[in-house]
Amino acid sequence: MKISYRLRETLTGLAFIGIWIIGFLIFTCYPLIRTLWLSFNEVKITAEGIKTTYVGWKNYNDAFFLDPQFGDTIVTYFAETLVIVPVIVVFALIVALLLNVKLRGRGLFRTIYFLPVVITSGPVIQQLIDQGATTLPGIRDIIEMSRLEESMPGLLADLITYLLSSFITILWYSGVQMLIFLAGLQKLDRAMYEAASIDGASKWEAFWKLTLPAINPMIVVNMVYTVVMQSVFSLNPVIGLIQTAMHDPKHGMGYSAALAWIYFMVMLVLLALFVFVSRQRDSGR
Amino acid sequence: MKRVNRMAVDRVKRIVWGINGEGPIFKLLVVFLLSLIGFVYLYPLFYMVTYSFMDSEDLIDPLVTWIPSGLYLENFVRATRVMNFADTLWQTVLVTFLPAAVQTVSAAVIGYGFARFRIPGKPVLFALVLATFIIPPQITMIPQFLMFRDLGLIGSIFSYLIPAALGQGFKSGLFILIFYQFFRSIPKALEEAAQIDGAGSFKVFATICVPMAVPAYIISFLFSMVWYWNETTLAALYLDGQFKTLPLQLQNFAAAFQKMFPVDPNYQTGQSLNEAIHMAGTLLNILPLLIVYFFTQRWFVESIERTGITGE
Repeated sequence: MKISYRLRETLTGLAFIGIWIIGFLIFTCYPLIRTLWLSFNEVKITAEGIKTTYVGWKNYNDAFFLDPQFGDTIVTYFAETLVIVPVIVVFALIVALLLNVKLRGRGLFRTIYFLPVVITSGPVIQQLIDQGATTLPGIRDIIEMSRLEESMPGLLADLITYLLSSFITILWYSGVQMLIFLAGLQKLDRAMYEAASIDGASKWEAFWKLTLPAINPMIVVNMVYTVVMQSVFSLNPVIGLIQTAMHDPKHGMGYSAALAWIYFMVMLVLLALFVFVSRQRDSGR
Repeated sequence: MKRVNRMAVDRVKRIVWGINGEGPIFKLLVVFLLSLIGFVYLYPLFYMVTYSFMDSEDLIDPLVTWIPSGLYLENFVRATRVMNFADTLWQTVLVTFLPAAVQTVSAAVIGYGFARFRIPGKPVLFALVLATFIIPPQITMIPQFLMFRDLGLIGSIFSYLIPAALGQGFKSGLFILIFYQFFRSIPKALEEAAQIDGAGSFKVFATICVPMAVPAYIISFLFSMVWYWNETTLAALYLDGQFKTLPLQLQNFAAAFQKMFPVDPNYQTGQSLNEAIHMAGTLLNILPLLIVYFFTQRWFVESIERTGITGE
């Protein structure tokens, strides 16, 4: 039997990516649907196995209206992510611009700035926060000041305190984004800048008119990366709630599954928001 | 007069900023800023190192802020015992190096498949690969946990290895993307020449492409290793205490310490859990990673340029 070259290529290709397709179906696609299904059920683990009873939207109802802790936590997660992602991305961009200047020893700085990516784990950060190693002594005074300004609305004051007190951790989360920006900046065409400078553009103008549009795709990538990292980091309080609900006999796994889906949806909304805003800025030009 | 003035200003500007904005003063300013930021980056580490050598008197002495009065090693001795360091380190290495190696190999195979073959529906499949990066593990962990439980794999390293082997380990999508980019950047001519000589696709992959992708292996393995090492949520769930990793031990540090060194109300010198011991434990925790980073930092910081993830 003779099979065409095209078909043979497809079959060989499938042999290579086949393991991924199988894995995706078993470990991603099926669990995703199963979690959704479990979220509409009450799940009881018995000796014979798991027993499920369909309860409709009850778990979601409980999460939104009966569990004050979850509601608060997810709103805080949403607000904090909304604030911290732009801060991290802008900071990463500034550092990348500084590192892009031709200097002796910039390799050393790059090594220092990337170091936290390697050593950051939930418990390590937790220990550092507990012992007060993540706040610079000077910043603590500023926080005292912001406490005095009680005229500010609660959420806003909370967010500012949050930003200042987690100042060092913000820096620690920006290593990968910084490298992505740096790689993008190094690909920019120097001739373009020379042309702009001959036409009388200042450095400042060149940054806004040339650099920023050129690295816009990287801004989108970094926004997405930062949202994902912030969301799946084990110190995220939402993850803690999903985990405790899983082992909590009062709610059970069905409730935990509902929390997981709400959290995933909020995360998708955040992603869509950031991608939309970055795109908007791009097309407005 | 005005013109002379402007020329003078221009000259000063040129000396300070240089023609392309790269003058000596400008560079000095950048170095200053970079050092300042660098200090802030390393501040928690400095803090950790100095505090971990302090005894309880140094901690309360207001005169001792940065430099401990002596090299007090008792903190490390205690932290080592509390975390059962040598044993935990070995287990951590086991549950990070093996999955990382498996994940790297599977990502290479899958990435090659996506980079080289025309398959119907490939754009959709590749979009799904990238989507797996966005899907948080928390949403798939409940069914996965139940699945592994039914198979009796909870507490076994296979609950890590099987998803990794099928391209569904931690952040697998990212590693597939790395290999995809890497293999696409290799010219096809060499493979075609081997094919004309009669080598099959698998032989071409194993003998020509695999040896060429060494940088991609190193980068994938290192990142994968670090991310498996630092993962705690899933490690606690899937390994279920059968393997103790350093971050998990650090999570329970306070409780374990109090269990091992109960506070005696009559006799309290240096026995109680203080921040110095906490910092010693944290330092011991990150020390293996610091050592790895010290030797491999080039691969980490050049990873993004080398793999061309930012796109050409």
